[in-house]
Amino acid sequence: MARMNMIEAIRSAHDIVMDRDPSVVVLGEDVGYFGGVFRCTDGLQRKYGEHRVIDAPISEGGIIGAAIGMGVNGLRPVAEIQFADYIYPGFDQIVSELARLRYRSSGEFFSPVTIRTPCGGGIRGGQTHSQSPEGIFTHVSGIKVVMPSNPYDAKGLLISSIESDDPVIFFEPKRIYNGPFDGDPEKPAVSWNSHPKGEVPEGHYTVPLGKAAVVREGEELTIITYGTLVHVAIAAANETGVDCEVIDVRTLAPLDVATLAESVKKTGRCLVAHEATRFGGYGAELAATIQKECFYHLEAPISRVAGWDTPYPHAFEWQYFPGLKRMSAGIRRVMEAG
Amino acid sequence: MMTKSRLQIPRPTARPGEEPDFSYLDLSPAGSVDKPSSDARTRDIQHLSEGLIRVLDDDHEAKGQWNPNLDATELQVGLRWMLLNRVFDERMWQIQRQGRISFYMQALGEEAISIAQGMALRPGDMCFPSYRNQGLYMYRGVSLVDMMCQCLSNTRDMCQGRQLPIMYHSKSGNVFSISGNLGTQYPHAVGWAMASAIKGEDHIAASWVGDGTTSEADFHHALTFAAIYQSPVILNVVNNQWAISTFQGTAAGQRRAFAARGLGLGIPGLRVDGNDFLAVYSATLWAADRARRGGGPTLIELVTYRGGAHSTSDDPSKYRPTDEWASFPLGDPIERLKQHMILEGHWSAAKHEKLIEELHLEVKSAWKEAQKHGTMTEGPRLDPGTMFDDVYAETPPNLESQRRRMLEVERGE
Repeated sequence: MARMNMIEAIRSAHDIVMDRDPSVVVLGEDVGYFGGVFRCTDGLQRKYGEHRVIDAPISEGGIIGAAIGMGVNGLRPVAEIQFADYIYPGFDQIVSELARLRYRSSGEFFSPVTIRTPCGGGIRGGQTHSQSPEGIFTHVSGIKVVMPSNPYDAKGLLISSIESDDPVIFFEPKRIYNGPFDGDPEKPAVSWNSHPKGEVPEGHYTVPLGKAAVVREGEELTIITYGTLVHVAIAAANETGVDCEVIDVRTLAPLDVATLAESVKKTGRCLVAHEATRFGGYGAELAATIQKECFYHLEAPISRVAGWDTPYPHAFEWQYFPGLKRMSAGIRRVMEAG
Repeated sequence: MMTKSRLQIPRPTARPGEEPDFSYLDLSPAGSVDKPSSDARTRDIQHLSEGLIRVLDDDHEAKGQWNPNLDATELQVGLRWMLLNRVFDERMWQIQRQGRISFYMQALGEEAISIAQGMALRPGDMCFPSYRNQGLYMYRGVSLVDMMCQCLSNTRDMCQGRQLPIMYHSKSGNVFSISGNLGTQYPHAVGWAMASAIKGEDHIAASWVGDGTTSEADFHHALTFAAIYQSPVILNVVNNQWAISTFQGTAAGQRRAFAARGLGLGIPGLRVDGNDFLAVYSATLWAADRARRGGGPTLIELVTYRGGAHSTSDDPSKYRPTDEWASFPLGDPIERLKQHMILEGHWSAAKHEKLIEELHLEVKSAWKEAQKHGTMTEGPRLDPGTMFDDVYAETPPNLESQRRRMLEVERGE
């Protein structure tokens, strides 16, 4: 076992699959010579060459479109979109082509592209470097949507994503690249060094797609969340003293309904939390799913903690971000309701 | 004096009821454009994007350096497939009008493009077509019955009822799946060709869009990537003058030729008489050779005319003169090749009529066979449960559960 932060774990995943499978190629802005603005592909071009780690022009639509064509020709492309906020020029290629190619050609053609993209706020990125657009993509049939919350899962899920014949959008919550974050910006930054999920095997392993993880066991309330807020939820559970079970969804689509439902049937209460804006968000789907599966087990209404329905405001980041205070308030709200 | 900026709204030269006027088209006499070596530097061959590469002159003689000197058999193969494309389209159009398929698009007047380019490429080269390239599927081995079954969404439909008619695909024929979104296939072709080079293969890719689609972002993404990496790809713009009712001037076709769109990126452009089978074949071979030898992409503009309506849902008499095609200076590709072959002594009017008759029978018999696999109203039907297949490589639990529910509803439960 080695100690890795999320960046190192992601880099290691690339290295492992590129070493095992010559069809894996990486393309994106600044990913080659420089190794990526977050360093996730550092050293890969030196090791695997310019034909396999390709510095792309500033053209997200072109990166995704070209990656699809490469995938159709037998390669296994990993495309990095530098920030999730920049993915929209490639949206049509993702929705109309990548997601539907297998379906529309009855399985004759497919393109196993993995799109990696850093998402989320808490890094003083303003409205163009902080978004959490995962809910836009979970609404599209034919793609898988993944978001890890720790280095161990990041590496295992990324290897699974790259090895999958289905297209995957792999969101990386950049606030926790270097360490877990409990949602309180006043506290000093923590590294992954002392976190159990910062222990990462150096070799090949996978974390399966489509499986959620119970990251904290509890009896009174289930918090369903993913990404950075997993750590906020655990901190809020500790702060409030409520015996919370925290579930890290990990694969947002397809959703592991069974693990979620089993937990809520046990606790009878459910809080859904994400950083993305609330209205029409992925949390609404989670709440509706739990309501359908667990209605007669519920002792309180399902509640949501989410980003406000505004663009991400630079100067008011900590008023916008659903941090420790709002998560704890959400837990108390559900507990008080029944 | 005060000056004011003002917009210049592009207008076609003729609207319904007016005299067709193609004076805006720059034409070069057949044989007048030189043919440089396929490894010529882009800067030395910029003029090829402004002239018009033509081989067949108005008297049907083959002229100049671009003459591919095809033998009689090759010419007959080309003529046969163009005619089959036309006869097939004619029949499918009628079938749609009879309400037996929901939608159709014909390639009337543009048949030389799919067939001549299909012939000039190698079987291992990958085609990323547009919706008027049905000739590519035919030439590359998709049977008429399979194409008809696709249009019928019946039990033998290659798309299993998931796609609008004409959205074919052929993995074995190396022809990509048609999406219906415009221009999305252009960057795919560039990426496919990049992969070919990454793998060290000599296969190239080719893609087709219309004049209207040059305005889409994907067109520019594709050209940029192709130029940067010298991707071995042929990017074709089929300039058939009309994008539904949008005249090619609304894609800035009157400002400068579409073939010149790549020059700023260092991509050579060939402006070609798209209704001249020999010129299309020859230009494609030149670009393919250039790509295969590491010379990178070529943008080919094929100047043609959309002889029919955009689709069965369109009525062009509402926006262009009904007799416009008859005045198109580049004529009809089938008629021109036929006359050339007769002039060369390879063909006759009688043989031509006999061939058309044979092709009609072939299409008729294919239609008879296709209907056995189900029509919109009769015969075997696709299992609706299959609509949940192929969304993913393996069907996840939520889709299995929806499949069960859908079938329950179908059974009235």
